[in-house]
Amino acid sequence: MSATNLRIGAATGWRGWLLDSAPASRHQARLGRWYRAWLGLRRNGLAMTGLVIVLALVFVALFAPLFASHASAFTQTLTDRLQPMSWAHPFGTDELGRDIYARVVFGSRTTLAIVALVSIIVVPLGLAIGLPAGYFGGWIDAVLMRVTDIFLAFPRLVLALAFAAALGPGIENAVIAISLTAWPPYARLARAETLTWRRAEFIEAAVLQGASHLRILFTQIVPLSMPSVIIRLTLDMAGIILTAAGLGFLGLGAQPPAPEWGAMVSSGRQYLLDQWWVATIPGLAIFVVSLGFNLLGDGLRDLSDSRG
Amino acid sequence: MIELDRVSVTFGSGQTALRAAHEVSFRVAPGEAFGLVGESGSGKSTVLRAVAGLIPHAEGTITIDGRAVPNRRPRETRKIIQMVFQDPYGSLHPNQTVDQTLSAPIAIHRLGDTERRIVAALAEVGLGREHRYRYPHQLSGGQRQRVAIARALILEPRALLLDEPTSALDVSVQAEILNLLTRLRRDHGLTMLMVSHDLAVIAHICDRIGVMRGGRLLEMTTAAAMAEGRVSDPYSQQLLRANQTLDPGAPAEDIVA
Amino acid sequence: MTGPPLLEVRNLRVVYPGDDGDVHAVRNVSFSLGRERLGIVGESGSGKSTAGRAIMGLIPRPGRVEADVMRLGETDLTRLDEREFRRLRGKRIAMVLQDPKFSLDPVMTVGKQIAETHRYHFGSSWKAARIAALEMLEAVHIRDPERVYALYAHQVSGGMGQRVMIAMMLIAGPEILIADEPTSALDVSVQQQVLAIMDEMVRSRGMGLILISHNLRLVSSFCDRVLVMYAGQIVESCRADRLHAATHPYTRGLLAALPELGNRRTELPQLRRDPEWLADLPAIGGAAS
Repeated sequence: MSATNLRIGAATGWRGWLLDSAPASRHQARLGRWYRAWLGLRRNGLAMTGLVIVLALVFVALFAPLFASHASAFTQTLTDRLQPMSWAHPFGTDELGRDIYARVVFGSRTTLAIVALVSIIVVPLGLAIGLPAGYFGGWIDAVLMRVTDIFLAFPRLVLALAFAAALGPGIENAVIAISLTAWPPYARLARAETLTWRRAEFIEAAVLQGASHLRILFTQIVPLSMPSVIIRLTLDMAGIILTAAGLGFLGLGAQPPAPEWGAMVSSGRQYLLDQWWVATIPGLAIFVVSLGFNLLGDGLRDLSDSRG
Repeated sequence: MIELDRVSVTFGSGQTALRAAHEVSFRVAPGEAFGLVGESGSGKSTVLRAVAGLIPHAEGTITIDGRAVPNRRPRETRKIIQMVFQDPYGSLHPNQTVDQTLSAPIAIHRLGDTERRIVAALAEVGLGREHRYRYPHQLSGGQRQRVAIARALILEPRALLLDEPTSALDVSVQAEILNLLTRLRRDHGLTMLMVSHDLAVIAHICDRIGVMRGGRLLEMTTAAAMAEGRVSDPYSQQLLRANQTLDPGAPAEDIVA
Repeated sequence: MTGPPLLEVRNLRVVYPGDDGDVHAVRNVSFSLGRERLGIVGESGSGKSTAGRAIMGLIPRPGRVEADVMRLGETDLTRLDEREFRRLRGKRIAMVLQDPKFSLDPVMTVGKQIAETHRYHFGSSWKAARIAALEMLEAVHIRDPERVYALYAHQVSGGMGQRVMIAMMLIAGPEILIADEPTSALDVSVQQQVLAIMDEMVRSRGMGLILISHNLRLVSSFCDRVLVMYAGQIVESCRADRLHAATHPYTRGLLAALPELGNRRTELPQLRRDPEWLADLPAIGGAAS
């Protein structure tokens, strides 16, 4: 029971508008909800760190030309190869004389693209398979889950490699390969969430009103499943980035001269002992971004646990 | 208005089969308020849900408004009979505002005139504009139950099924909701079928009462008869005694599992 | 009430800090408990459960508990840390909650749980603890204690589960039992039995009982004294058999709003909440209430 009469020191201004307990429109209500969630997240220092990292990735990727010149990422200056870190080249140069800093900056675009594309494919695919399986049960459930099991039976990286090798090199094929191996856990998750909610009284109330199965699935169950799925996705990002890096490392995925972080680590391998920066700097970038996603995902999960 | 003829419900099969309701038959006249009282496991809620069309494998015949209805109800029949659930915390979708909850049935049945209907429904149950865009967790138990009642009424049904509508509410809120239900029944001429374990609540709303135990309908009586203690079945008498002021002087009986 | 009070509470306050302002869940609650049955009645949000938990040190952070006096016998409860509270719980104050399904460990037999409580407080051997547990099961009128000892939580019915809880909570011989809605999840006929058992145990051991409930009828018929709480404060304090002559408008309103078998009114009188009732009542300075 919200004992607003017992509270002392309520908020005013736009904060007050958002926290208003009597919203005057759907819009205000929804924004208010998001704001409260944001307040909860803000209290978590680690989660905020993760958020900052992720936002930095997005920002750098979108505005890459502001941070480094496109030319220095691609121009090969063989007289300048394997230069250590300096003012002219903050992260040094690689084996073809290209500025590593610029390549890391432009490489963020590739990373972001892969992450975004995989997300857009994997989440709807997982939901489309998991929701009907959980909701209808019976043979639909059995068939869909057995298909999921088959995909889950293979180790993810090996399967991704197989797909990538079959499809040929290139970023688009890498995305497809990763998506095909990443979706099963989301189907399982969606199914588990649906099973939990299927028996809820508000679902029964919807049935009682004559709602069709499709309407119930879309308007009632999907919004309830989304938080778990999103959280799972952020925690998975690290794995997706590493898989993409792994593919790049092996020559599948992004092709030279594209500045993909995994490929950069790969080509810098042979210089690891004397010119450590060539492989290590892109490796650090992969690490930081993965960590950022992990921290953010943990924070989101803590948030939903406390509200759940 | 509502008629049950030898309705039975069995959950599970074989060894673990549970006969939740056993050949239950009774009739509710149009405009009447009929109550089913019993303890947990008596089958009263199961019978109610069978009438609501929420149990696809119910046996026996259920007749609503003169027409026998199948277990899987066609959409049209949903407009005739609606239900209010027990748990105000569980019967509203946690991510939908009151506005969304109320507009859903209007959209499903393509009734149109959404704005007017929603405003009227809220006024009918005593909620104001300030409640319209709130989420369930921002409402009190009593307010949630009012929303559930508004949702049930928005399709203008002829009969209302009530599953322990006030069991989860505080005493003062319970009084408000009971008054609301009495008023709505009077204003709309609704037929009501209510289920509860609380005799006082049932006797307040309903005229005729059925006592259930172990899935069977033991006795049919009236609120007046109950008040005077004129009940024949020994279990009914036991129920009556238990509902009255609790007596701590009663001997603590030995029990077996 | 004979002898000095078992529990003395004066101006208990529980505050939860929040996003938009602090919530004062319990405001200056004062009472004393002797070898009697004290009922605390209130609706949800009244603070009755919070007060009970504060006495046992069960208020989670960031909630704050403060009191001028909160004394169990000679022990000052306001100065205890978590470790000291743990030694106290079960041994000197015990709590029975609403649903035994949530309070019992699902992977251990119920008998073992009772025995374990005995071992924890007395350091006894398993054999001695088992005998003590069986004795307790018999004391709560379970007819076949040996068989019930070996049952798991999901195998016992509601009423029996509560008896098991009572046995487990009383085996270490506490001075006070706090029962928070102990019968709300039970059928009406079983409620009587469980309450009778609690009554018998409390009387025979000279304990004090605090019964927290929303059910006015139950509390007035079972307890000796009744405290009515509203918005964190005690608004009424009287003998249970005088409850129908209560003076505070909130209590009178609650009593009037109950539907009564045999007295059908077209409209139940609705409780009109007077904002006056939210005003801070004067805190107790001198003698106990």
